[in-house]
Amino acid sequence: MTPKKILNANELSTILHRLCFQLIEDHNDFSETVLVGIQPRGVQLANRLLKLLADNDKNNKIDLGLLDITFFRDDFRRNEKSLKASATKLDFSIENKTIILIDDVLFTGRSIRAALDALQSYGRPKSVQLLALIDRRFSRELPIQPDYCGIQVDSRLNEKVKVNWNENDGEDSVYLIKNKE
Amino acid sequence: MSSLSVNHLLGIKYLNLNDLKLIFETSDHFKEVINRKIKKVPSLRDVTIANLFFENSTRTKISFELAQKRLSADVVNFSSSGSSVSKGETLIDTVNNILSMKVDMVVIRHSSPGASVFLSKNVDSCIINAGDGTHEHPTQALLDAYSLIERIGDLKDRKILIVGDILHSRVALSNIFTYQKLGAKVTVCGPKSLIPKHIESLNVNIETDFVKALNQCDAVNMLRIQNERMSEPYFPSIREYVQQFGLNKQILDSLNKEIIVMHPGPINRGVEITSEVADSDQAIILNQVENGVAIRMAVMYLLASKLY
Repeated sequence: MTPKKILNANELSTILHRLCFQLIEDHNDFSETVLVGIQPRGVQLANRLLKLLADNDKNNKIDLGLLDITFFRDDFRRNEKSLKASATKLDFSIENKTIILIDDVLFTGRSIRAALDALQSYGRPKSVQLLALIDRRFSRELPIQPDYCGIQVDSRLNEKVKVNWNENDGEDSVYLIKNKE
Repeated sequence: MSSLSVNHLLGIKYLNLNDLKLIFETSDHFKEVINRKIKKVPSLRDVTIANLFFENSTRTKISFELAQKRLSADVVNFSSSGSSVSKGETLIDTVNNILSMKVDMVVIRHSSPGASVFLSKNVDSCIINAGDGTHEHPTQALLDAYSLIERIGDLKDRKILIVGDILHSRVALSNIFTYQKLGAKVTVCGPKSLIPKHIESLNVNIETDFVKALNQCDAVNMLRIQNERMSEPYFPSIREYVQQFGLNKQILDSLNKEIIVMHPGPINRGVEITSEVADSDQAIILNQVENGVAIRMAVMYLLASKLY
């Protein structure tokens, strides 16, 4: 089956701009707020948002951290694939900050559960919010919902949502791919 | 590749270059973890590991145990003194009894070369060799190479010197395999009586002139004289050994370049190495110990992903 295009570059750009303005609306100058991208694919989204936020107000310095959740996942040794770690880079204090966790696709919610656990190793944030570009709303296995959402997608378990970024994949787009049974 | 080619860590001999790279890459991440405020991750919380130390150890035992605890594994410790080994129980029986209490992984140190290979063939568990007699000590060699790369970068075509009791050293053999797999050239140096016969078949150079060997290397690993494994004297006296093969500040300063000094511990200060050298900036002895925890976390994490 051919993959179905859910978003093209223009639509994706509109959504990213909208998410940015929602963030600015809620967090003003980001003096008490930091962005944390979940490795690996949430980081590209976080970088894009950071760039848009910087374009909007050049004087504003916003902290961006990268969080690897590999060692906190609950499917270690239950998954056929080995899990390969990525780097974590949080070179600022998260104590009493509002954290916006950023991931490209929110699916079962298990990655976010692991990310919440991983964050605790770095301190106690004031609050944690979740931003997801794609919300596969009918597939959740844990009570986790996004605070900021790009688009909701209705998908089956055997389908996959793939977010492409110009920097890595040659184009900005989102596809719904049906896996072989 | 993101998984090891082996199900046990019995020796460096059984690993390939990709395995070494994967272990080092994973260690990078664990090194970051152990420098956090909360140095613990939950990866191995459903894994039980037995540390069986049939031979004395300080560093390796503590390092393994810390690594296990920082991975959230459950740990049981065993040392042969005060155990049923003295009542005549065989190694396989001891280990099988421990395994029947639902242990997933065994870390073993034993005075017999090949003890871990023997166990891996006879019991159903993941085995990690923490030193078997004069054979191999893989995690030590991994942390040595990792610490050296951290300091001087890629080891391809670098020259590494191993000095001392090569004959009785398991670190030397694991070192040789590791450095060669990473593309480095290895020279061994020591009294002729402490250089094993046929070692040249491993493609290592032999040099008995200590200063000449030092002048040709980028890094030196100073090994201890293993008196406990010597039933008869191998050289006339410690004093003569120190004069010929002891590393001191004068020799180090007289060399044509600054070399890195390593030591796997325990150090006999004033014998193979003087305090001045051991505590100098050229020595990375304590970095080796620090990296040991990260390396052992990586090894156990990667092997645990192959359980079941």
